[in-house]
Amino acid sequence: MTDQEIIEQINSSLAEEFEFDLGEMTPETTLFEDMGLDSLDVVDLVIVLETAFGMKIREEEAIRKIRTLGDIHNFVINKKRQMESA
Amino acid sequence: MLLKRVVITGMGVVSPFGRGIENLMAALLTGKSGVVQVPALSEITGMRTRVAALATGVDPMEIPRKFRRSMSSMSIFATLACQDAAAMAGLSETQLQSGRLGVSVGSTIGSPQTMQEFFRDFGIDNSLERMKSTLFFHIMNHSCASNVAQALGVTGRILAPSAACSTSCHAVGYAAEMIGIGKQDFMLCGGADEFHPLTSGTFDIINAASTAFNDSPNRTPRPFDRDRDGIVCGEGSGILLLESLESAEQRGATILAEITGFATNSDPGSIANPNASCIADCMQQALDDARITPDQVDYVNAHATATEQGDIAECEAISRVFGSQTPTSSLKGHLGHAMAASGTLELAACIEMLRQGLLIPTLNLENIDPLCANVQHLPGITRLPVATIIKNNFALGGVNSSIILRRYQQ
Repeated sequence: MTDQEIIEQINSSLAEEFEFDLGEMTPETTLFEDMGLDSLDVVDLVIVLETAFGMKIREEEAIRKIRTLGDIHNFVINKKRQMESA
Repeated sequence: MLLKRVVITGMGVVSPFGRGIENLMAALLTGKSGVVQVPALSEITGMRTRVAALATGVDPMEIPRKFRRSMSSMSIFATLACQDAAAMAGLSETQLQSGRLGVSVGSTIGSPQTMQEFFRDFGIDNSLERMKSTLFFHIMNHSCASNVAQALGVTGRILAPSAACSTSCHAVGYAAEMIGIGKQDFMLCGGADEFHPLTSGTFDIINAASTAFNDSPNRTPRPFDRDRDGIVCGEGSGILLLESLESAEQRGATILAEITGFATNSDPGSIANPNASCIADCMQQALDDARITPDQVDYVNAHATATEQGDIAECEAISRVFGSQTPTSSLKGHLGHAMAASGTLELAACIEMLRQGLLIPTLNLENIDPLCANVQHLPGITRLPVATIIKNNFALGGVNSSIILRRYQQ
């Protein structure tokens, strides 16, 4: 997958799960303030990403630092690259 | 005996005939059946019944995702019905959130659909890694009550009575008592359930589900009829907004009816089979609670689900308490059996019968079973000045309940 394909997959998966408008999703969009997610949603967000990309990320320390959609894009892109080179 | 007078100022209905009491009454007054064929039931090994009464006219998207994520269908039905009841009563957001309004809403079990989805996934690899954070909120026993309270911002008391088919009569009775002793001024009360094959299967395996009318769903269930062959499961929600009379008068609310009596008792003789003496005791206790005599009751709204034993036992009990002349009918022929929602869906219709001065007959009752002929079945829609109604609900588990409803008089 290209980086752009990964980003599109992330956005569409999150838009479906959390009923977001794809047109309003930018890398700067914040998860808590702009998208209105809370701690329960973050648990489900991890499951959505794990299911979409076939990876285990629940225990990753970097997850806790995610604040924006762009953070998620970068996190998943890096994780995918690590998996591919492992 | 209620220490304070308790009146009804709002109703909310989600039924096979859509949302709202108007749709329900339009169907009941024109003899419509809400029972349909459910093709998915034919794909289940061992399932003989193929019909159900499914709720219609519900748009879950009306509820914001923040609240909807913790709801299965039953909580969605309950929340929409509670919103409608509160709106009919003219309650403001301030009143809803005052702490003086409580919620008493129950279901038979937590969401069977969500449980099925979880265990199906869990069974694949014995893993919890795909379990959603909101799963528990769908399956907990107080799912409906809590979800209603969250969505409406209720800060008062939460009750989640659960007694299968007696649930919503319990919910109303306990809510009335809560207001009667002054602990709350308002209660949103009733029941909700969602259809799942588990429910139909429960009755099917004990030979209590209707199986002979799978090709003509409008002809079943057939309470009191000689050709009745069992229950047709349904779903939906019925909600009443109860309020102390002084509160209703103070804010100039339209009073729809009054709850004057409630009784419930346990039948330890059998967990499954009804007993006429216990049912009669329950109805008599409700009359005593309302401080009235049997001759003051104008109409019996029976539980009558169209099972062989249940209908006979209830008729026997009604004839013992009221004799053979008090008009009696069951609304299960129209609505099927909505389980925890059935009591309040039928109470809502009873309130309209009081208000409109008419009684609705049992749908599909064509030939009265001789063993059910000891009560006064209605031949058709009957116009008469109805002042007092007794509403029965009985449940598997040996739980009987009766509510006395009266036309409001100052």
